[in-house]
Amino acid sequence: MMTSVFGVLFDGFAYGMLLFLLSVGLSVTLGMMNFVNLAHCTFGMIGGYVTVTLMNNLGWPFLATLPVAFIVAAAISVAFERTMFYRLYRASDLDQCLLTIGLVFVSVAVAAYVYGTIQQPVNLPNYLRGSVHVGGLTLGVYRIFLILFALAVTAALVAALEFTRFGAQVRAAVDNQRMARGLGINVDRAFAITFALGSGLAGLGGALAIDIVGLDPSFALAYLVYVLIVVAVGGLGSIGGTFAAAMLLGISDMAGKYYFPAIGSFLIYLVMISLLMWRPSGIFGRR
Amino acid sequence: MRRAMTGLACLAATLLAATAANAQGTVKIGVVMSYSGQFADPGAQIDNGIKLYMKQNGDTVAGKKIEIIRKDSGGVAPDVAKRLSQEVIVRDGADFLAGYDLTPNALAAADVSAQAKKFMVDMNAATSVITTKSPYMVRTSFTVWQLNEALGTWAYKNGVRKVYTLVSDFGPGHDGEAAFTKGFKDAGGEIIGSARYPVANQDFTAFLQRAKDSNPDGIYIWVPGGPQPAAIGKAIAERGIDKNKVKIMGQGELTSEDALKSMSDAGLGLITAFHYDFNHQSEKNKAFVAAFNAEFKRNPDMFSVGGYDGMHAIYEALKKTGGKTDGDSLIAAVKGMSWESPRGPMTIDPETRDVIQTVYIRRVEKVDGQLVNVEFDKIENVKDPWKARLPK
Repeated sequence: MMTSVFGVLFDGFAYGMLLFLLSVGLSVTLGMMNFVNLAHCTFGMIGGYVTVTLMNNLGWPFLATLPVAFIVAAAISVAFERTMFYRLYRASDLDQCLLTIGLVFVSVAVAAYVYGTIQQPVNLPNYLRGSVHVGGLTLGVYRIFLILFALAVTAALVAALEFTRFGAQVRAAVDNQRMARGLGINVDRAFAITFALGSGLAGLGGALAIDIVGLDPSFALAYLVYVLIVVAVGGLGSIGGTFAAAMLLGISDMAGKYYFPAIGSFLIYLVMISLLMWRPSGIFGRR
Repeated sequence: MRRAMTGLACLAATLLAATAANAQGTVKIGVVMSYSGQFADPGAQIDNGIKLYMKQNGDTVAGKKIEIIRKDSGGVAPDVAKRLSQEVIVRDGADFLAGYDLTPNALAAADVSAQAKKFMVDMNAATSVITTKSPYMVRTSFTVWQLNEALGTWAYKNGVRKVYTLVSDFGPGHDGEAAFTKGFKDAGGEIIGSARYPVANQDFTAFLQRAKDSNPDGIYIWVPGGPQPAAIGKAIAERGIDKNKVKIMGQGELTSEDALKSMSDAGLGLITAFHYDFNHQSEKNKAFVAAFNAEFKRNPDMFSVGGYDGMHAIYEALKKTGGKTDGDSLIAAVKGMSWESPRGPMTIDPETRDVIQTVYIRRVEKVDGQLVNVEFDKIENVKDPWKARLPK
């Protein structure tokens, strides 16, 4: 009994980590820049396809593809931001939604055109496969890797936003944009970098997600719901909140499917509704 | 009002004349299935089967030129499939309906076939009930009941006693679960637990852990194609389920070529029941696979063979009727017809117009460094058991 509880906690934690990587970028851009970017998972999908292409066509090792997935997703997102998104920073939420959901459909079609509608294969190196046994528990090696990796990324992200000069500029720009501009902070640049960072993290999440959930052109839409739930529950702009929400949802999803398979997939929505009724602006919401 | 009536009458006369003119030299086949959207790839593979058959056998049968009219139903859209089937008959003057990749679409179009008395070939949709909806319909794919009930019986005969079932929570998944359970329980087996996972599920860890913790000696899985087979295969390996002790069984989609590529070694040892695989060892199939690869640069799959055999049924029926295209003559011609398909011997059941064929039991093994489905047992001449139990 206890082993199954720990097993579910562990698997749920790992799944939550995946959700966290995919959604933290959206939380940051939505919370700090007030931009509703429904195309966020498109950048996750781009990261996934970069990894698949590098591994299967060019024979790169899995770990080496991860930074590239980050960089390519970030670079494409900056191109989008500079050409399209920035025009809508002051537009209504509806306009932003229409533009970005349109981009999602375009990206789904482009991915299907370039890579076909089939599932992309990915073969992890042997040291990331299989499982280890710890006191009656079966822990997937890849899930352990996922947890450690995501924790490291979180630490780096928090450090970057809390303790660096750039982080201070971003926080200043968010708190009071006019004041920050008045003090000579290049707000546009800070936002562009923040946006790239968030999308890059999504790209990284997409690359890491392939082995667990697979990759095909519908990725950009399939994960949007989960990412929006995490962001809504966590509270906009709060890294800690996103982290907590991703954990909570990952674990409750896993526990629901394990203990109550009949309603398991529904539990995640129940959790979301009750949390939002308790705290409408999210667990760590500031407004 | 009168003018409108006259106009309609004229229109009808023109349409009739057009149809009559067509009937002399060409035979038109309206192919209705998904050429775009989520099911575009299966649609493309069915179409490849059709193209290859026509390339190998020419486009003239019984003195008539065969013309294919392709209509895109764009996914699960029964209303669209029905409208397109009507259009292709009324406007384009088609003599045959063919294609039909998805059950809802095939069911909706069956009415059209029944009312217009047009010969219809279901080249893929696999729900048992479909062929009962039009007396002019044959099927050249398989039925979910056919494969899975046979698998259930086979499992008990081969030492499996306690099974946990895990199926996708929609129509075909429920069919698979019911069919396997029926075959397995009738033979004497026990189902010790079952779960239905949501259609859009992505991570299968929790479901498989639960299955494992109930200590079965077999796990039955029904999964549609797409990303899920690979996710399941990997989760089984990651959960440390020992396939020597617990037989993992499912319908062929679980170990399709794409799925095996993504699973890699995690797929080894999975057992599936299916009617066709490109690795089937026969002269006919080797020639088929070689020709298919030369033409389309990929391997044929169950969809392609459904399209290929569907065209065979149309060609042979036309030969037998001497080019007559009315539904009654064609369906009479095709009842009881047998032939050697790339999948092995197959017959159109004279009673149900459904396919009778061999169900192969395969295990995933590594041959020359590639994961393939190796047939190691088979059940011959399997009829659709669901229709056999219908009150006559």
